[in-house]
Amino acid sequence: MGILEVKDVSKRFGGLKALSDVNLSVAQNTCHAIIGPNGAGKSTLLNCLVGKLIPDTGSVMFDGQSVLGRSPHEINQMGISRVFQTPEIFGDLSVFENMMIPLFARRDGAYRMHAYESVASEKELVSRALQMLEDVNMADKRHMHAASMSRGDKRRLEMAMCLIQEPKLLLLDEPTAGMARADTNNTIDLLRQIKDSRDITIAIIEHDMHVVFSLADRITVLAQGTPLVEDVPERIKGHPKVKEAYLGETAHA
Amino acid sequence: MFGLEKKDLNLLIIVALLTMLAPFILNPFPTDSALAQFNAGYPDLMQRFVIYGIFAIGFNILFGLTGYLSFGHAAFLGVGSYSAVWMFKLLSMNVLPALVLSVIIAGAFSWLIGFISLRRTGIYFSILTLAFAQMSFALAYSVLTPITNGETGLQITLDDPRILGMSATADGSIPVTNIFGLEMRAATDLVIGPWSFTFSVGYYLCALVMLVAFYLSIRIFRSPFGMMLRAIKSNQTRMNYTGLNPKPYTLAAFVISGMYAGLAGGLLACMDPLAGAERMQWTASGEVVLMTILGGAGTLIGPVLGAGMIKYFENIFSKINEATLHSWFDVLPDPMENGLVWVLEHFVGAGWHLTLGVIFMLVVTFLPGGLVEGGQRIGRLFNRTKAAKDDESAATKPAE
Repeated sequence: MGILEVKDVSKRFGGLKALSDVNLSVAQNTCHAIIGPNGAGKSTLLNCLVGKLIPDTGSVMFDGQSVLGRSPHEINQMGISRVFQTPEIFGDLSVFENMMIPLFARRDGAYRMHAYESVASEKELVSRALQMLEDVNMADKRHMHAASMSRGDKRRLEMAMCLIQEPKLLLLDEPTAGMARADTNNTIDLLRQIKDSRDITIAIIEHDMHVVFSLADRITVLAQGTPLVEDVPERIKGHPKVKEAYLGETAHA
Repeated sequence: MFGLEKKDLNLLIIVALLTMLAPFILNPFPTDSALAQFNAGYPDLMQRFVIYGIFAIGFNILFGLTGYLSFGHAAFLGVGSYSAVWMFKLLSMNVLPALVLSVIIAGAFSWLIGFISLRRTGIYFSILTLAFAQMSFALAYSVLTPITNGETGLQITLDDPRILGMSATADGSIPVTNIFGLEMRAATDLVIGPWSFTFSVGYYLCALVMLVAFYLSIRIFRSPFGMMLRAIKSNQTRMNYTGLNPKPYTLAAFVISGMYAGLAGGLLACMDPLAGAERMQWTASGEVVLMTILGGAGTLIGPVLGAGMIKYFENIFSKINEATLHSWFDVLPDPMENGLVWVLEHFVGAGWHLTLGVIFMLVVTFLPGGLVEGGQRIGRLFNRTKAAKDDESAATKPAE
């Protein structure tokens, strides 16, 4: 039984069947990639996992509990952190504050009115935030406005914000989309480091085969809203069904 | 000290000095000089400075931190005033219970309005708050006449019970507001040569309350709660996906700023114990928005500066009339004098709004961060010239 169990999930937008009877099981402490051509329903599936969309049928169980009907912040508190396609960070705040907010969220829950003591007086959280910034090589940028950083730095900051919450499951939505080759490789290195250094389950949605094959332990291929095949990367590579689904797109790649 | 960092503590000390010395600072011109009309150091106006300062400080906690623009905060100001006057009618003329009730009632009222309005964001939120404030105004003006005394306004009378005080003084007049016997209107004049300075109990009470309000707002700004409010303004999606629920945070900010408004309304009633519905009108809500933006939304001191500036213009510029202008330009040849007066008279007196509009336009265009940004730019300019001089002296030294 995996940490994330998706059973018979269907989602319809008007006449379009975005997902039909999707079954997916993500085993603990593995990296599971979900790939597929444009319009395969990858993002819809992801949005069903984090509470942004509610599937029409089926169930999504995380760590033995259903996530359906819960709002995004409740699902995050269950232990799922999400990295977005375009980095979602607190642009008006400093890099250091960006690290402090997830720490407060994890310690104090979804809401706590903590209006009298200063942020700086939370010595333990401050040192953890600085340690994490040290780990991702951003310590010298801690006073910067997050919005003024480069895209690669924003991506790293967003991942650090997710990791500092010590999630059980990290969801990545095309983390390298629109990135230059060098940045993509940096991101792969960062993710591999994350994977190797801690007990964490990663589910990744990705277009870039290079990223997928460098990271994933298991791959699910989604096409037209249904899982086509699920297997280890070596066997996915030459799978005829996969070639068919990607035909005209990456078949010769 | 006070749990503040050095920078914030310095700011608090500067504000404390300015408010405590305001009777001197605002009265720079001798009483009989022609410029005396620019003096703002009389109790009535100084009280307005600090009371509207409190109002704007509170508004800034909502607007400056979360970015939610409320167009209905005057409703809480009005509710605060009504509550205070009712306390004067029923309990006693002591201002303390009146202020406490103002804050509590305004807090409860803002919770109710905030709970409904915060279901929407952006422009819809603004319109909802505006609608609620106008509804409150209409209710106060007519429907709730038994509570608000309608268009006449709520006043204290000789027949009020005042169970802990007295209905009338020994000589048969209406008692005055006080704090444990010290009357709000009590004042002493200090005359130094041609200058005259007035120190009133009412002003100093308001100033002390404002300092406490300002201090609390600094603490909120620097707290995890304040950081969360800024996070809401910055990115609500990330907020949600970080496991935080933005709704209770915004509601708490809304209620806090409503309580500040109630406190300001209560203080207005303490200085002059009557409350009218016009205090709740949308122009009053718009005014606090102007104050905050003019001074610098999201900065600590900005709202206070903005409030002071607008109240100064309202009271000083509106007093200048055609005759005053003629007396200023007496020395010019007649046609020139008449021409100049004809242009300028539209910007003073009843036309002071025009001047305010021009200033607001200039500030928003050239100093988006408000007066505070203006101050920072001037500060940087000085630092730069100073740094340049240091460089020069350093460069010239070896040659010697």
